[in-house]
Amino acid sequence: METLSYRHKARERAAGSKSLAIIGVVASGNLEVLVERVLPDTQCQVDINTAAVGFGAVWEAVIADFVARRSPGGLKLSINDGGARPDTVALRLAQAVRLIEEDEE
Amino acid sequence: MKNWNAQRTSLTERLADGSRYASGKTVEAADLSNFLQAVIRPGDRVCLEGDNQKQADVLAAALADIDPAKVHDLHMIQSGVVLPEHLDVFDKGVARRLDYSYSGPQAARIARMLFGGKIELGAVHTYLELFARYFIDLTPNVALIAAVSADKDGNLYTGPNTEDTPTVVEATTFKSGLVVAQVAEIVDRLPRVDIPGDQVHFVVEAKKPFFVEPLFTRDPAAITEGQILTAMLAIKGIYAPYDVKRLNHGIGFNTAAIELLLPTYGERLGLKGKVATRFALNPHPALIPAIESGWVEQIHSFGSEVGMEDYIRARPDIYFTGPDGSLRSNRAFCQVAGLYACDMFIGSTLQIDLQGNSSTVTTSRIAGFGGAPNMGSDARGRRHPSEPWLQSGKEADPDGQAPLRRGRKLVVQIGETFGDKNVPLFVEKLDALALAEKLNLELAPVMIYGDDVTHIVTEEGIANLLLCRDKDEREQAIRGVAGYTDVGRRRDAKMVQRLRERGVIRRPEDLKIDPLDADRSLLAARSIKDLVQWSGGLYAPPSKFRNW
Repeated sequence: METLSYRHKARERAAGSKSLAIIGVVASGNLEVLVERVLPDTQCQVDINTAAVGFGAVWEAVIADFVARRSPGGLKLSINDGGARPDTVALRLAQAVRLIEEDEE
Repeated sequence: MKNWNAQRTSLTERLADGSRYASGKTVEAADLSNFLQAVIRPGDRVCLEGDNQKQADVLAAALADIDPAKVHDLHMIQSGVVLPEHLDVFDKGVARRLDYSYSGPQAARIARMLFGGKIELGAVHTYLELFARYFIDLTPNVALIAAVSADKDGNLYTGPNTEDTPTVVEATTFKSGLVVAQVAEIVDRLPRVDIPGDQVHFVVEAKKPFFVEPLFTRDPAAITEGQILTAMLAIKGIYAPYDVKRLNHGIGFNTAAIELLLPTYGERLGLKGKVATRFALNPHPALIPAIESGWVEQIHSFGSEVGMEDYIRARPDIYFTGPDGSLRSNRAFCQVAGLYACDMFIGSTLQIDLQGNSSTVTTSRIAGFGGAPNMGSDARGRRHPSEPWLQSGKEADPDGQAPLRRGRKLVVQIGETFGDKNVPLFVEKLDALALAEKLNLELAPVMIYGDDVTHIVTEEGIANLLLCRDKDEREQAIRGVAGYTDVGRRRDAKMVQRLRERGVIRRPEDLKIDPLDADRSLLAARSIKDLVQWSGGLYAPPSKFRNW
């Protein structure tokens, strides 16, 4: 297991009013993302628990692109990773933000 | 005095030698190796029918069993090297030289035998190219072919898997070559005649059907969300804006995902009847939901697909069928159709380099090309206009004079940036180049040349190479969709951003594709069983695809 954590400044607050969302599953080659609206509007934090050790540089690149493309201000994302490929991680992160962007019902 | 009849004379001798083992045209299976030994001469060019799908397996086994002291140095010219026996003939010293096209299941062994010097390689061809050479400089002396049934006069019924047979027979029999067919049974009356009996010299009753592999069945259960995302990108970013009606799909999971998204995502985008209506395509089970939903008008096929027989028989408005009701396929004609009458090829590959060259060869596997290069290349002899062809031509040459400007076929490579076992799709240098150096080949086995590729689709986006104006732009456009592979991470971020602003690169968000749609619930069928239901019970999947 490896634990990684990244904190970024985000351009703007993530849309919507939901406070929490979850997507994906912890399985081999897959991952689960829990997203919570708990940070100041310009902050974004990503905490990762991963089964695959030694991929810090790729995680760093994936998270930096994610913040630049999606601007997830105010969000804390917690990832449980079962050794997913970076393309799967990027898709799940995008899906997590889309879920929390929806308005509370 | 010049003898103008040497080939006819040789055929007459072979017929006489073969007749010693035959009753009329019929050869007993038990005598097959002795028969082949009698009619084949050392150094002959032999076309052992190994197609993409159907195999003359009984003839292959008999050929691998003959005495290399009597028959040797054969030059095998066959489109598919698929069965172990196809290579056993080289191991045993019966054959020496090989010209072929496709070698899927034997890809690793053929590589070992080339490195070991067991095989003298002519060239790896595309299907059409090899068929063309059958008529110019690789004309068979002997053709060993496969059919479903024969009558006593040698008329053949090939059933739905006609595939290469008419082409092979044409090149052989009309140039005084010898044609031998294996059939499952000899009957009084054939359902239809696919090959006339006067073109066939001998028939062996194998008493079992020829081997045929379900190569084109993709289980929807194995389609990933990443593949669904690439499929959405292709439909919204290429099929829709270019109005692609006439096309060919490769056999990978990405194109299977496209087929299964047409009735759902495609319908939602209002594209029914506007795109993907006419195909050069094998009977892909994954296309059943689109056909049943009224998307597809017509399909011509290279070969058939195991389990699709009854479905095809019940849909003659869609497929080409004979008076007996079953499919009539023809690889040569369908390849020509894919080359000249389709506006798009979209398929997967194993490696793409920085200029867009793509190859399925790795240093330990030489899979060959099959038909992809014919589908996936611009037809320079094409002269009829169509919307997608004209639009691509305009994008490639916006300042050209319209009536004199060539159109371009859309040649799309689609895949995820990391493939099977996390192997990157993008590489700085193709393994095909290393292989060419190692085997001292004049040509590296490139499947699709970069200058034919118009678009590359990955989960990161679409790179439109038609809009690239120089080598650097092309390289950065490719790096810009190469994700987190080494090639992708070495991109020039500023240049990639500029290419995105110009629409050379388009991300899912640029096309307003919602990542939440990248979900298996978007597939029209999520299992083989769903496909059976869509077909009204007509599709009968082979047992390896059944879990019920």
